[in-house]
Amino acid sequence: MIQHLPILQVIIPLLAAPICFILKEARLVRWFVLIANVMAFVVSIMLLQQVNLHGTLVYSLGGWEAPIGIEYRVDELNAYLMILVTSISTITIMAAGSSLTKEMAESKQTYFYIAYLLCLTGLLGILATGDAFNVFVFLEISSLASYTMIAMGNDRRSLWASYQYLIMGTIGATFILIGIGLMYMMTGTLNMNDLAERLPEVEQTKTVFTAFAFFLVGVCLKLALFPLHLWLPNAYAYAPSIATVFLAATSTKVAIYVLLRFIFSVFGFEFSFTHMPLTEILVSLGLVGVIAASVVAIYQTNIKRLFAYSSVSQIGYMILGIGIGTKTGLTATMLHLFNHALMKSAIFLALAGLVYRVGSVNIKAFAGLGKQMPWTMAAIVVGGLSLIGMPLTVGFISKWYLILALLESNWWPVAVLVLIGSLLAIAYIWRLVEVAYFKPALQNNQSYKEAPLAILIPAWIFVIANIYFGIDTSFTVGLSERTAELLFGVAK
Amino acid sequence: MAFLAITALSLAFAKDLFASVMFTGIYSLLSAAFFVLMDAVDVAFTEAAVGAGISTILMLTTITMTGRYENEKRYHPKIALIVVVITGIMLIFGTVDMPAFGADTAPAQVHVAPYYIMQSGEDIDIPNIVTSVLASYRGFDTFGEVVVVFTALIGVLGLLEFSRKGSELGNRPAPMFQHKVLRIVSKILIPAIMLFALYVQFHGEYSPGGGFQAGVIFASSIILYAMLFGVEQARKAVSMPVTKILAALGVLIYGSVGVVSMLNGGNFLNYSVLAENDITGQHVGIIIIELGVGITVATAMILIFLTFARRIGKNSEETA
Repeated sequence: MIQHLPILQVIIPLLAAPICFILKEARLVRWFVLIANVMAFVVSIMLLQQVNLHGTLVYSLGGWEAPIGIEYRVDELNAYLMILVTSISTITIMAAGSSLTKEMAESKQTYFYIAYLLCLTGLLGILATGDAFNVFVFLEISSLASYTMIAMGNDRRSLWASYQYLIMGTIGATFILIGIGLMYMMTGTLNMNDLAERLPEVEQTKTVFTAFAFFLVGVCLKLALFPLHLWLPNAYAYAPSIATVFLAATSTKVAIYVLLRFIFSVFGFEFSFTHMPLTEILVSLGLVGVIAASVVAIYQTNIKRLFAYSSVSQIGYMILGIGIGTKTGLTATMLHLFNHALMKSAIFLALAGLVYRVGSVNIKAFAGLGKQMPWTMAAIVVGGLSLIGMPLTVGFISKWYLILALLESNWWPVAVLVLIGSLLAIAYIWRLVEVAYFKPALQNNQSYKEAPLAILIPAWIFVIANIYFGIDTSFTVGLSERTAELLFGVAK
Repeated sequence: MAFLAITALSLAFAKDLFASVMFTGIYSLLSAAFFVLMDAVDVAFTEAAVGAGISTILMLTTITMTGRYENEKRYHPKIALIVVVITGIMLIFGTVDMPAFGADTAPAQVHVAPYYIMQSGEDIDIPNIVTSVLASYRGFDTFGEVVVVFTALIGVLGLLEFSRKGSELGNRPAPMFQHKVLRIVSKILIPAIMLFALYVQFHGEYSPGGGFQAGVIFASSIILYAMLFGVEQARKAVSMPVTKILAALGVLIYGSVGVVSMLNGGNFLNYSVLAENDITGQHVGIIIIELGVGITVATAMILIFLTFARRIGKNSEETA
C-alpha cells in the first residue's frame, strides 16, 4: 500500500464523509470522524518519511501518466503542510464533541462533522495535487464546506458572514479559474510541471500576464491578503468555535501554499519576480496589512474578531517574507506558516472553552476570568505572547528569521515597521490581559469553572507545541529551510 | 453573442427578481446555443440542463420563499462598478495575444488534445471522446465535482433542515394543482422524461450526455411532479431517508471503483485492472462511475428542492 499513500491521504477523509451521512447518529459519527482524522495524520507522517527516503513521490491517477491524466506530486513542501493540516485537524476534532454539543443541536452536528471532513478533504486535495485544474476542484470542495461550517454558527450574523465569504470566495475561485483557463489556452496543459516547462516559451505574451494577474488576485482573496481580507473577520467571529479553530489554522495556510506553488514552481522565480513587480506588490500590501489590521484589532470588543484581525496581520508577515524574494525570506514565511497555525489553534481552542463556560466572547465578559479559569486564560496568554514574538515561543523564531531576511537584504526600514507591528500586537494582547487579570469579576460572573478537560487538553497540546517548537527548532527550521531551497531549486 | 450581451444587461438592470431569474434562464439557453456553435455539444447539453433547467427552478423556488421584488438600494455600488470595469479591461487585454479562434496551431490543440483524439479509440474504445476524458483520463476531477455536489447538499441540509421547528405540513394543495391540462400532460411526460434520463445516463459513451446531465433530467421529472401534485405527495413517492442514503451511495460507488482498482493492483481509478481485458475494464469502470455520478446528482437535486420547498410550506403557514 506504500505506493498509494498520496491518494490515501485524500480519499480517507473523502470517503469517510458519505459514510458519516449514512451513519447519521452524531455520537457514532464523532468517533468515526476522529478515526478518519487519526488515519489521515498517520498517512501524512508516513508520506514525509517516504519523501525523505525516496524524494518526490509521483502518483498518476487512473494510471494515466501526466499530462494526459492527473497526477499527485508530493515533495517536502506539501508533505510538511499535510502534517500540519492533519495534526491540527485531529487535535481539534478531539475537542469538537463537547464544544459542539454546547453550540448546536444534536441533529445538526452530523452535518457539521461531514462538512468538516469535506473541508479537510479539499485542503489535502489542494496540497497533494500536481494538476492546476484539480486545485480548483478541491478548492471548491473546501470552500463550500467552510461556508457551510461558518453558517452553522449560533449567532444569526453567522449566516450573513458566510454569505459575504461565499460571494468573495466565489469571485476568488472564478478569478483562479480564469487564470488557469488562460494558462491552458497558451500551453495546452494543466499539469503544473508541464506548465512550468511550457510557460517560458510564451511568457512575453499579454495573455500569460493576464493569467498571472487573475490567478494572483484570486488566491490573495482566498488567503485574505489586505485589502482583500474583508470576509475574514466576520467569518471567524461568528462561526462555531471549532470551525474557527480549524479554518484559522489551516485554510489560509493552504491558500498561501497555492500562491507559493504557482509563483515559484509554475511561473518560476524569474517570471514572478523580474517580469512582474511582485516584490513591490507583496511587500507593500503585506506591510500595510500588518500595521492596519493590528491597529483595527486593538479597537475590537469581540475577542474572536480581535484575533481574526490579528490573523490578517500575521498573514501580512507571511506575504512579506515571500515578497523579499530571498531564501531566508521564504524560510521565514514557511516557519511562520507553521508557527502561526500553532498559535491560532491554541488561542481559538481556548476561546472555544471560554465560550463553553461563559457563552460570550465580548471583552466585558473577560473580567476576572484570570482567576476563575486560570488554565484557559493562560493558554490564551501564551498564544498571545507567541503572537507578539516573545523569546521561547514559536512566534519569536519566525519573527527572528523575518527580521534576519530583511536585514540581509538591507531593508532596515521595513524591519523597523515589522517591530512596530509587534508593538501593536502587545497593545491588543495587553488589553485582554488587563481585563482578565486585573479587573474584578462582574457581579453575576462569580462562579465560572475551568473549561472542560476535553477542550482544555487539546488546547494545551497546542500551547506546549508553541513552547516546544520555540525551544527545539530543529524540526521546523530544518524543514522550512529545505522547502525554501526546494522552491528556489525548482525555479532555477 | 449580441443576444447574450443584451440579456446580461437587462439582467443587471432588472428590479423584478422573477424577471431576473427568467433572464438568467435565457442567458443559459443562449450560451448553450453558443456552445453548440463551437462544437462543444456536451458542454451545451450540460448548460441547457443545469443552467436553463434546474438552477432556474431552484431560484424560482427561492423567490416564492423570499418575495418577488428587490429591496430599495441602500448604497451606490460604485466601487463594484470600477472593479468590474477593470476586470473587463484586463480580460480584453488578455485576449490580444490569444491564438486565433479555431487555429490548429493553438497550443491547446497541439499538446495534450491530440493524444486524447488519437489514442482514446485505442485506450478506451468509446465513440464519445469527451466522456473518455471526463470519466477516465481526468476521472479524478469528475470525482471531485461529484463531491462538490455532495458538499452543496450537505450545506443545504445542514442549514435548512432543522432551522425552523414547525408542525408537519398538512395536505396543502399544490400551487399548480388546479391546472388539469398540465396535470394530465405531465402524467404522460414524467415517465418519458425519466426514460430519457436513463437513456442519457447509459448512452453517455456514444452520444453527448452522461451522469451529470442524466441526474439533472431525472431530478427535474421528480420536481415537476412535486410542483403539480404537491410537495407532500412527492415526499410520499420519494422517501427522504432512502434518497439521502442514495446520495451518499453515489459518491461511495464512484470511490469504491477507485478502491477496487487499487486492490486489483492498479492506481486509484485505473479502470483497466477491473477486468481481464483493459478495454472491457475501462468500459465497466466508466459505466459504474457514471452511475455513481447520476445517482448523487439526481438525489442531491431532489433533496435540495424538497428541502427548499418544505420551507416555503412552513413560511406560508406562519404568515397565514
